[in-house]
Parts: sequence; structure tokens; C-alpha cells
Amino acid sequence: MIELHGYGPLLLDGAWLTVRVAFASVAVGLVFGLIGATAKLSNNRVARGAATAYTAIVRGIPELLLLLIVFYGGSLLVQQIWLGLGGESYVEIKPFVAGTFTLAFVFGAYATEVFRGAILSVPKGQVEAAYAMGMGRFQMFRRVMLPQVWRFALPGLGNLWLVLLKDTSLISVVNLNELMYNSRSAAGATREPFTFFVAAAIIYLGFTIISMIVLQYSERRARRGVRQS
Amino acid sequence: MDFQLMIDSIPQLLEGAWMTVKLVALALALGICLAIPLALARVSKNPFLWMPVYGFIFVFRGTPLLVQIFIVYYGLGQSEAVRESIFWPFFKEAYWCAIFTFTLNTSAYTAEILRGAIQAVPHGEVEAARALGMPRLLMLRRVVVPRAFRLALPAYGNEIILMLKGSALASTITLLDLTGVARVIVARTFAPYELFIMAAIMYLALTLLIVRALKYAEWRLSPHLRPPRHSK
Repeated sequence: MIELHGYGPLLLDGAWLTVRVAFASVAVGLVFGLIGATAKLSNNRVARGAATAYTAIVRGIPELLLLLIVFYGGSLLVQQIWLGLGGESYVEIKPFVAGTFTLAFVFGAYATEVFRGAILSVPKGQVEAAYAMGMGRFQMFRRVMLPQVWRFALPGLGNLWLVLLKDTSLISVVNLNELMYNSRSAAGATREPFTFFVAAAIIYLGFTIISMIVLQYSERRARRGVRQS
Repeated sequence: MDFQLMIDSIPQLLEGAWMTVKLVALALALGICLAIPLALARVSKNPFLWMPVYGFIFVFRGTPLLVQIFIVYYGLGQSEAVRESIFWPFFKEAYWCAIFTFTLNTSAYTAEILRGAIQAVPHGEVEAARALGMPRLLMLRRVVVPRAFRLALPAYGNEIILMLKGSALASTITLLDLTGVARVIVARTFAPYELFIMAAIMYLALTLLIVRALKYAEWRLSPHLRPPRHSK
């Protein structure tokens, strides 16, 4: 077993923050993704253009650089607005907020494509049938679209979640004391970097395995009642 | 916005971009050399071949690249055996650590892409090669691998772009790649917008270039799908 010299609880604290930041990001990211997909499928040219630009930008810029832009650039922006409003003290964006926003922004861009594909996969006849039965727009969405979009989107979203989980480690660069940051601290204090980075890797791998099991179960559940070939 | 600073920083950022290109190109080239045998081992029926490869791929795809690069750059030096081995001059350099990590990482992803592609090669083509009496290696070389490459190209294109984005992590181990240079200048001038946005534009330009090159490669590699040139 790995000797952690009493730094185990510190790593677990960090792991817990990693989980929280990942869940917060995915919650916000799903909203970004839904908005993006709606914009991409809309008849409005401006909305379509904006959504296309959004996905192209995220696809081409490293997550680390986006995080630095949000954290340093965002802090400067907030500071300037604050001073402009007559504030005097120093303000900055919290690493947690900057990290969550960045990861959600990235997740949302890729989720836009996933949702777009899933929405297009629902047969048009079913939507027409729902309207013909006298369902309202909202009822049709809830009863016909949502369950199927969910089923089609789940595998793609699952992959994005696994990517997001690993990308949380980047937030340690702007000093959020999540798993990676805490293992760096422990590595520095004990001068045993190999031990602590391997420990961190094992915890990340554990998260990945748990996520894969949960995803497999949810995918099976979302497919219930669908005839398998 | 300080446009003068943005323009003045271009030469330095371009130097960083060159470093990024070198890192990505070398890692991709070495990565694909490693990925081909890995993918072939992965589809093998021999458990002594596919199980270790499966484990390798799983570990590299299941942990963050940042952790991997830290284990190699900061971690390996912890062991006396590594420091006294002939590999130490190699692992002492941040540059080679980055190349080493990126190569292993991209080879794991690429092997998985190639595995999917190899399994998607139509069975009839393999049978035809066998019926012609091709030995296994010749069949791999002439039928399976070229066919799998064409099938894998779109997914591999994504992997190239992900590697380009991942290479920004080289800046966390003191390397002066595009992100690294931008960070150094920001620390000196405290002009985060200007520098990071310039760097972002350069990354976007690189991505665009890669996407274009891939489109061309896909076109070149699928002459059978092109419409005939003199059709009416």
C-alpha cells in the first residue's frame, strides 16, 4: 500500500472538492448545451452564427488557456466594473467560480453538438402525432421529445462527463485546492512527488470507473422498453 | 486594450507557437508508431497480448494529462534507481518529459481509435485477401492497416486537435510553449486580455490549419467516393 504520511485526509478533502466542482460545472454546462443546440437549430441566422462561433472557439482553444482568460481576464474585468461603480476595495473572481464557468463553457460547446444530434434523431412523425393528439407544446416536449433526446444524448454526454472530470485538475493551476492542488502540496511537503501524484491518479481512475458503471446503468435504464436488435 | 503590446508580443508568441508545433508533431509521430502495434495487440485473441494493452489504454484515458505529466516530470526523480539510470539525462529535461507523456497519452487514444477502425474493416475484404493466399503480415500491410487508416481519419483528426489543446499543459512544467510564453509575458506586464487573446487567436489559426489539412487528406484518401470528373 502507498504510505501517505498522514496526508490521506488532505487528498480526500481535495477529491471531495473535485467532485463538487465537476457537478457544478456539468449542471451549468447542460444549460449552455441546451441553449446552444436550440440556437443552432433555430431559424434565426444570428442565433445560428453565434452558436457556430461558440463551438468553433471552444474546439480550437486549450481549456487551460480559456481558464486563464476567465480567471485573470475576468478578475480584471470585474475589478474595472467595480471601480467604475465607485467601489474601492480589491475584488477578484474566486477560482471555484472561474473554474466552474470555464468547464461549463467547454462542456456546453461539445454538448451543443450532442443535443443537436439527439434532437434531430427524434422522428418528425412522432412530434406531428403528438400535436395531432392535441398535446400542447410543453406537453409534447416533456412526453415525446425529452425521454428520447435523453436516450440519444446519454452516451455522448457520458463521454463529455469523463472529459470534464479529468479537466477539473486544470483548476489547480489557478490555486483551487482540489485533488491535484492538494497532492502538489503534499508532494512538496514530503518531497515524495511520485507517491502523491500516483495516489491522485488512482483517485481519478476510481472516479472514472464509478462514472462508467453509473453511465452504463443509466444508459440501460434510458433504453428500457426499446426493442434491441 | 493595449494594441501596441499585442503587436509587440507577436514575435515572442510565434516562438512559443513553434515550440507547441514541435511538441505536438513529435508526440503525434511517435504516438502513431506506438499506437499501430498497440491496436493490433488490442484486437488479438491472446489474453497475454490484449489484457496489458487494455490496461495501458484504460489508465491513460482514465487519468488527467496533468497528473501524467507531473508523475513523469516531478515524480520519476523521486526514485534513486531512475536518477542513477542512463535515462536520467532524458527525464531531467522538461522538453523530453513532455514529449514522453504526450506520446504515451496520444498513443493510448489513437490505439483505441485504430481498434474501432480495424474492427470496422469489412469482413469480405479480409476474406478476399485470405482467398488470394496473402500471408497474415502482407494482408495487414496491404488491406487492413490502409483501410483502417481511412476509416479512422475523422476520429484521428479530432485526436490531433485534442493533442494540440493538451499541449498547453507543457507550460505547467516550465516549458515555453504558446501558453507558456503568454503566461510569462502576462506575469511581467499584467495584461491578461491582450496576451491570452493573442495566444488564443494563434491556437485557433493552428486548429483551422489542421482542419483544412484533414479535409484535404480525406479527399485524397477517398478517390473512389469522388464523383467522376467528366460526368454530365
